[in-house]
Amino acid sequence: MSAERFRLPAPAGVEPCAGQEGDCIRCGGLFPERFPVLGRRVNGRDLVYLDSAATTQKPEAVIAAQARYYRRHNANVHRGMHALATEATDLYEACRRRVALLLGVSRPEQIVITGGTTASLNLAAFGLQHLLRPGDEILLTEMEHHANLVPWIALARREGLLLRHLPVDAGGELDLGVLPDLLTDRTRIVSLAHVSNVLGTVNPVAEIAEAAHRRGAVVVADAAQSVGHLPVDFADLGVDLLAFSAHKAYGPMGLGFLAGTPDILDRLEPVEFGGEMIDRVGLDEATWAEVPQRFEAGTPNVAAAAAFPAALDLIDEAGLERIRTHEMQLTGYAFDVLRRFDDLTVHGPDDPARRGGLVAFHDERVHAHDLAQLLDARGVAVRAGHHCAQPLHARLGVTATARASFGLYNSHDDIDAMADAIAYAREVFA
Amino acid sequence: MNGGLDDLYREVILDHHRSPRGASKLAAPDLEAEGRNPSCGDEVALQVAFDGDRIADVAVLTRGCAIATASGSILAELATGRTLAEIADLAELFRAHMRGDVADLPEDLDSGDLEVLSGVRKFPARVKCALLPWLTALEALQAREQGRAAEVSTTEV
Repeated sequence: MSAERFRLPAPAGVEPCAGQEGDCIRCGGLFPERFPVLGRRVNGRDLVYLDSAATTQKPEAVIAAQARYYRRHNANVHRGMHALATEATDLYEACRRRVALLLGVSRPEQIVITGGTTASLNLAAFGLQHLLRPGDEILLTEMEHHANLVPWIALARREGLLLRHLPVDAGGELDLGVLPDLLTDRTRIVSLAHVSNVLGTVNPVAEIAEAAHRRGAVVVADAAQSVGHLPVDFADLGVDLLAFSAHKAYGPMGLGFLAGTPDILDRLEPVEFGGEMIDRVGLDEATWAEVPQRFEAGTPNVAAAAAFPAALDLIDEAGLERIRTHEMQLTGYAFDVLRRFDDLTVHGPDDPARRGGLVAFHDERVHAHDLAQLLDARGVAVRAGHHCAQPLHARLGVTATARASFGLYNSHDDIDAMADAIAYAREVFA
Repeated sequence: MNGGLDDLYREVILDHHRSPRGASKLAAPDLEAEGRNPSCGDEVALQVAFDGDRIADVAVLTRGCAIATASGSILAELATGRTLAEIADLAELFRAHMRGDVADLPEDLDSGDLEVLSGVRKFPARVKCALLPWLTALEALQAREQGRAAEVSTTEV
């Protein structure tokens, strides 16, 4: 069966990304040649990597920067007088400044360096614990990743809090009509995904933040799926805290960030204690270092921090607007291609402009795990399962979906290859 | 098929998946248990009706992939007419086999289509799919012996 069979024109109404050949459908993706792993073969076929929402691949520049750190600079940060320690500290702090620039944050001290989005959200939740009283309410949504759900469940259990959830409507969007009812005078925190990792929905964070602030609530955004894929401006979103990971934005694993307003970071309590985060320590008492060091106990992942700016260089070179347009093109195209299969449902909003670069779908003929396995035999890597969003899957009435998610390096050909492999899987199961 | 998939999706497995045995809910089960695979969301509901010591009827209701469904179907086929203890012995053996502790299932074992699942061992990520209905059956037996309600089984052990 030929992939040609699935080749459709680019979706109407979405501008071409003006990629390397000008026309998005033939642009071949942005800089795929810079990602060594994309040259790999899997099960005898060229790898088609469609799992960037789980983690993006890494450009050679990032891999080289991480290796260079260990080859030339390796030392611990903020605690040595020797040359290597100074260099390591400079690299680490340069990453903080670079992330501040990326998010449009004026002071680098507003960026806390963590181990990842999960660590950032746990810091947000338990750092705010001291402000909460039994009966206080936390508003989440039905589409949260477990990383933005389970910390709040644990916190609610400890403090006797009430969790509320903004529902998802049939079109895969948050039902803002009930927001006024769900925001009460007991709502202390509102925490939500900027982009859903299953539905792809780009949520109206700024609008929700404004309503939440009128109630005096603290607003937290889980930006794991948006940073690196679409322009994310901290002030425009209007949130108090924003969490994301480097590894979903072409950077190394084991590195994340929590951006915050100076006011909220001053009120946040540390949740990890030890070296690096202290001011003075006696045998029976200690005082904390300034923000953000007070949130960075222990030895951080300096190598990852030294390498992440190389990923941000690539994003700058491509341009976030162009990356966004390219991923919208791919998403719209994937939608069109998948809709040609009978008995297959694509979840989330129809309009690619309201989605991030991913499509989760349910095939009634082939279970998601079997589909992912059979696609893998064709070299096509997709994710199958509940994508760490079990409540959302329950809401959708399925236990598992398959998900194709895109990075700047993906092309329309990758989606054709996926469609071809889905047809093959259906033949096996016919 | 390539990538060793012939061993995973053998025709016998696909046949069990297309028309699973024991897929009808029982009107009056004597024993019920549930299993879940937290990492992938698969679910199985097991129902057993006894005639004395022996299993008279069984339902294995799977919401999951072809491997889990086929494994449940094979369990349903093997269970009818046996005692729960016999099924538990078979489940223990099957678990040891799938986890690589027992290389081959005994040749004289009357285990129906069970041996076709051996191919799943080449795909470590899918072993839990094949085990889910069997671990659920094991928990059902242990709960019954200990006179307690069966807990929800998981394959993450």
